[in-house]
Amino acid sequence: MSKTSAIGTGDVTASHNNFGGVLRELDWRRYVIYIGFVVVFIFFAVLLRDEGFLSANNLLNIFRQTATITVIAVGMTYVIACAEIDLSVGSTAGLSSVAAAMAISHWGLVPGVLAGLAVGVVVGAVNGSLVSLLGIPSFLVTLGMLGIAAGAAQWITASAPQPILDDTFNTIFGSGNLGPIPGLVLWSAVAVVIGAIVLSRTKFGRQVLATGGNRTAADFTGINTKRIKFQVLLISGVVASIAGMLYAGRLQSGRFQWGTGDELSAIAAVILGGTSLFGGSGTVIGTLFGSLLIGLINNGLILAGLDSSQQQVVRGCIIILAVALARKK
Amino acid sequence: MNTGTVSDNVVEMRAISKSFNGVNVLNEVDFEVKKGEVHALAGGNGAGKSTLMKILQGVYQADGGEILIDGKPVRINSIQDAKTAGIGMVFQEFSLVPSLSVAQNIFLAAEPLGRAGLIDDRGAVRRAKEIFADMEVKVDPRAQVSRLGTAYWQLTEIAKALSQNAQVLIMDEPTASLAKHETEALFDLIERLKKRGISIIYISHRMDEVYRIADRITILRDGRRLLTEPLTNVTPEQIVEGIVGKKIEGQLAYRERSRTGEEGAPLLQVRGLNAGPRVRDVSFTLRAGEILGLAGLMGSGRTELARVLFGIDRAVSGEITLRGKKINISTPRQAIAAGLALIPEDRRAQGLVLEHSVRDNLLLPLLGTIEKGPLLDVSAGKTLSSSLIKKFAVKVAHPNRPVRLLSGGNQQKVVLAKWLGTDPDVLILDEPTAGVDIGTKSEILDMIRDLASAGKAVIVISSEYPELLAVSDRVLVLKDGSVIRDMPRSEIADEESLQLAVQGV
Repeated sequence: MSKTSAIGTGDVTASHNNFGGVLRELDWRRYVIYIGFVVVFIFFAVLLRDEGFLSANNLLNIFRQTATITVIAVGMTYVIACAEIDLSVGSTAGLSSVAAAMAISHWGLVPGVLAGLAVGVVVGAVNGSLVSLLGIPSFLVTLGMLGIAAGAAQWITASAPQPILDDTFNTIFGSGNLGPIPGLVLWSAVAVVIGAIVLSRTKFGRQVLATGGNRTAADFTGINTKRIKFQVLLISGVVASIAGMLYAGRLQSGRFQWGTGDELSAIAAVILGGTSLFGGSGTVIGTLFGSLLIGLINNGLILAGLDSSQQQVVRGCIIILAVALARKK
Repeated sequence: MNTGTVSDNVVEMRAISKSFNGVNVLNEVDFEVKKGEVHALAGGNGAGKSTLMKILQGVYQADGGEILIDGKPVRINSIQDAKTAGIGMVFQEFSLVPSLSVAQNIFLAAEPLGRAGLIDDRGAVRRAKEIFADMEVKVDPRAQVSRLGTAYWQLTEIAKALSQNAQVLIMDEPTASLAKHETEALFDLIERLKKRGISIIYISHRMDEVYRIADRITILRDGRRLLTEPLTNVTPEQIVEGIVGKKIEGQLAYRERSRTGEEGAPLLQVRGLNAGPRVRDVSFTLRAGEILGLAGLMGSGRTELARVLFGIDRAVSGEITLRGKKINISTPRQAIAAGLALIPEDRRAQGLVLEHSVRDNLLLPLLGTIEKGPLLDVSAGKTLSSSLIKKFAVKVAHPNRPVRLLSGGNQQKVVLAKWLGTDPDVLILDEPTAGVDIGTKSEILDMIRDLASAGKAVIVISSEYPELLAVSDRVLVLKDGSVIRDMPRSEIADEESLQLAVQGV
């Protein structure tokens, strides 16, 4: 919605003798994620040129590996832009994968997909109702829901993986390709495109940003901020359940562990992408790059031969650094 | 200097000057407080009262002049310095930590320590009890502050100041949020504090209270001291005249408009509206083309009435009719749909999303009108916002700039433009020119007049009498939530008579 377009349109009287002022107005912090993405990319491209970092296969792999996080993070962008949080997305994905797998084996493809989506609708609606109607902070509601959904998934499956033998499901959700493009990448592209357009170009999107930016002013403007809060949490739940089915399709089974910890990766992607943790601003494209940056780092560190403990340390440092650079003074 | 009186002045501020951004706010102001007196400080908005008191509390530093405490010159460069000098403040917006107990608040950052350097909670409670016993009030030091009423908050504030050996207490509108019997209890307490030799600087717009408990009064106007007199020597009329002044009358003169409210059809009728203690049995009729002023002291229920009309707070009983049709307003959405608009009191907190652009703010109530299918028509939005910016002469380099960068006056124009874009029939403006420069102020007043001339019904809430008198065709005076006077403009001779009406004299 708001590009900084200070150059050329800036207040002439104030800045014609102050070029530094114009530069300062060009708020580079908004673009930290893109700058960071390019810097990290070039860094790995040079450092890992012999390890095949730049091969088409590896690059496509990065997209494929980040696809589910990207999908979840699109929903999370709405939640955070609205000044709420959703910690239950990871376990919702897990529960959805399990529900879809079990329903497929009993009733077939369509009931399976509906069961997976139903998990997202129920979780999102419960989260949304508790937050908007009872006014319980979303941090607490969704923290509780994280445990409930994870526990439920483990309980109904007795911790056992639920294989999915339906090839159509597996092909649609994650295993198949459309020409050269992996289905997973297609899914995340669809999520990003719809998410970006709705957030920046619809009445609903503007109302989400206004509610996150100043809830009182939004209320005074006649926006039903309770409904908006409900809706963003509902969206987040549904999107997480789709991500859960993507796990299920890609790995051809439903398992309660799918998605564990994804809430933190998704939140990191959203914040890296320039969405304010305090609400009021956010871009889905930024989130996409945030998610890709995390995937890029993971991939590069693996190729560089770091073990998983070292990866975690380095990834943590890069995320803190990027957020520190992007913060407002 | 009269050396004979120096010793009874516990505070003496001499020739205090202060300017902000080149604007003189205080101009060689002298101010003295005697030991054990209640000294009222009065003046209109911008007279310099709060700046003078902030200098005494160490919030601001004076550009010139000196401060003497007990006859000795002191430097007050911080709030800590002021406390050491014996100056205590009872804040208008209370500065307590609600989640802590009364005793914890009293000794915040000055906790008594016991053995091993740990906080001696029992000692704190015991000392708090002693202080309350001295004040002859009953407060449980162990109670959590958030569970107590505002009167107890105030007592806690006073106890906190006394625990720091304050010799002078500054009280800013201390009765604003108190019920009648609580006010009486506060006055009794003030009398007892006086007897103990504690001086009180009492800032209030309520004339009856000032006469009731103050010994002397100092009036500031335009950053200068107008007078300091014992209250036995001045009449309420003299005080009001002193506060009001006569300077800006020309600019803010009432203008007859071609269509006054009398001929217009009744647009909004309110009958027996009740909502809590601040809106009691309010009835009035507003005609098309009429500007209705709402006057009253702080806490008289003006803002609360506006909130109920706009559906932010719910009415308990009563009926609102618009164009003769009974309407039900329980949310702002319903109010907007019925054709109402509210320019809220606090534009930063209630009117604007500060981080968002001017354009996004302007379009927020208008999003429904620029939808093209499911999407917003961006170019229509640009055209619409640009036309609003032009129509309301908002000075902004580019509509994409965050609204927080604008001056107060321009921000207020954005709020006005945002609402007038919805083309409401009834417009409620709560303190429309607060914190707005004088130039923008007269522009806004002209806009209000033009809107009424165009057939809209307007309600203006303002604490500034010149402003109310400049635009209102009729003024309702509220007190304790009830309408006590309904005065046509022609029956209000000048600001003094309005001021007296507001005081209930």
